[in-house]
Amino acid sequence: MKRLLSVVFFTFIITMGCAQDNPPFIETPTALNYTYETVVDGIEIPWGMAFIQANDFLVTEKSGILYRVKDGVKSSVDGLPEIYVRGQGGLLDVALHPDFSNNNIIYMTLSANTEEDDEGGNTSLYCAKLNGTSLEEVKLLYKATPNTKKGQHWGSRIVFDQEGHVYFSIGDRGDRDVNPQDVTRDGGKIYRLNLDGSIPKDNPFVGQENAKEAIFSYGHRNPQGMTVHPKTGQVWENEHGPQGGDEINIIQSGVNFGWPVITYGINYSGTPITDKTSMPNMAQPFYYWVPSIAPSGMAFSSSGVYEDWKEDLFVGSLKFEYLERLIIENDKVVKREKVLDKIGRVRNVVEGTDGYLYLAVEGKGILKIVPNK
Amino acid sequence: MKIFLASYLLLVLFLAGGMFANKTKEQSIEDGQEIYQDFCVQCHLADGTGVSGVFPPLKASDYLFENIEKSIAGIKYGLKGKITVNEEDYDGVMLNQGLEEEEIADVMNYILNSWGNSHEEQITTEQVVEIPKSVLE
Repeated sequence: MKRLLSVVFFTFIITMGCAQDNPPFIETPTALNYTYETVVDGIEIPWGMAFIQANDFLVTEKSGILYRVKDGVKSSVDGLPEIYVRGQGGLLDVALHPDFSNNNIIYMTLSANTEEDDEGGNTSLYCAKLNGTSLEEVKLLYKATPNTKKGQHWGSRIVFDQEGHVYFSIGDRGDRDVNPQDVTRDGGKIYRLNLDGSIPKDNPFVGQENAKEAIFSYGHRNPQGMTVHPKTGQVWENEHGPQGGDEINIIQSGVNFGWPVITYGINYSGTPITDKTSMPNMAQPFYYWVPSIAPSGMAFSSSGVYEDWKEDLFVGSLKFEYLERLIIENDKVVKREKVLDKIGRVRNVVEGTDGYLYLAVEGKGILKIVPNK
Repeated sequence: MKIFLASYLLLVLFLAGGMFANKTKEQSIEDGQEIYQDFCVQCHLADGTGVSGVFPPLKASDYLFENIEKSIAGIKYGLKGKITVNEEDYDGVMLNQGLEEEEIADVMNYILNSWGNSHEEQITTEQVVEIPKSVLE
């Protein structure tokens, strides 16, 4: 009887859950043809990864260390700018200049207080020349203002398009009612710059009074995943919503993605933020997660090294501790699947130069997904 | 001379008190709530119950009340490794959040006096300043 009761109760809970969850529901594959190898361990919060070659890559550790990992051995890179570590902030993403093989330039986003005031910090974009395990010619390209002691929502990810632009994200810095909808303020934005840090003339808010002209899109909450679609070349982004309402968005120039005016999520306390999930002139997400998975990192598997996973999208889940595989058909997510369930908090996923997927897992390090032997 | 010494001592005491601007316990709890909402709530949750087996509870936590110095040090320096809270094991990582010492005192006062928790003695900034990393060892 007890057992029957618990089955009934369990079914009830599942049904309740599904009534609110956004389809397609997450599935656990019965058999997985892939497993993982640990490439490097002993990194508390590995955040960004950038591959020079398959056996030579950079990893950021949020507390403020940049590692160069060669053949599984990590060395700290010196010459970093000063990092303001607070709350969710620290050393965030790292990326190679599209012409890195000729110029050795890397880009980094990090939390900084360059003003040397007593007001906290904000997200910044730097570039530098990598010489072995040293940074030279460190240059500040963008610094969001004003500084704040809020601990939340610094972003951040960095990607490049084919036309000589660098994109990076900054979260709403814990001030959702002020920052994301105001293009004269930093925070809650995706930014676009030329590779030298100058502002592209065709950025959407160039010439608009008081606007931060580096802004490319706005109305974001906390984007911690970005990647470029291998076929369309568009910038894809994922961001943490409040409770419920994490999103995937395809970024376009000048578009308002709605936070916090529209959202599918609610406050952590359970109270509503808004009753609106859509508004004219605000873009709908490509997909939204209810319940929240706490997405971080984003990569398409474009190389073909995984026969079962051609062109699928992968996103790390911090909350549920798996890598999520999303199958997309006709511009719609049609299937979601757990890969490496219970692996740990997946902070990042990237496709390496060898075409394999590499995961950054908190408390562990960098893992590589390989076929079963 | 005696009068001079006495007034000198009084002055020193007064200045020392001023340095750590003793705010009231009520004010400290109020300020601590703001810090909690900003830095702690995502894991330990609004009602301080945490997530069983993943993020330890602060509400009615035996570990917290039996290890107040260690708890302060955990916030100040970060906490890693196995701890047992209310007979359940936790083996996670709490990162150093970069809080200032006064903020740590405030958030401790909030945690120690919320959700039915109660702790008479106020945690002071001075106390936080003095706690060394070695109490975690």
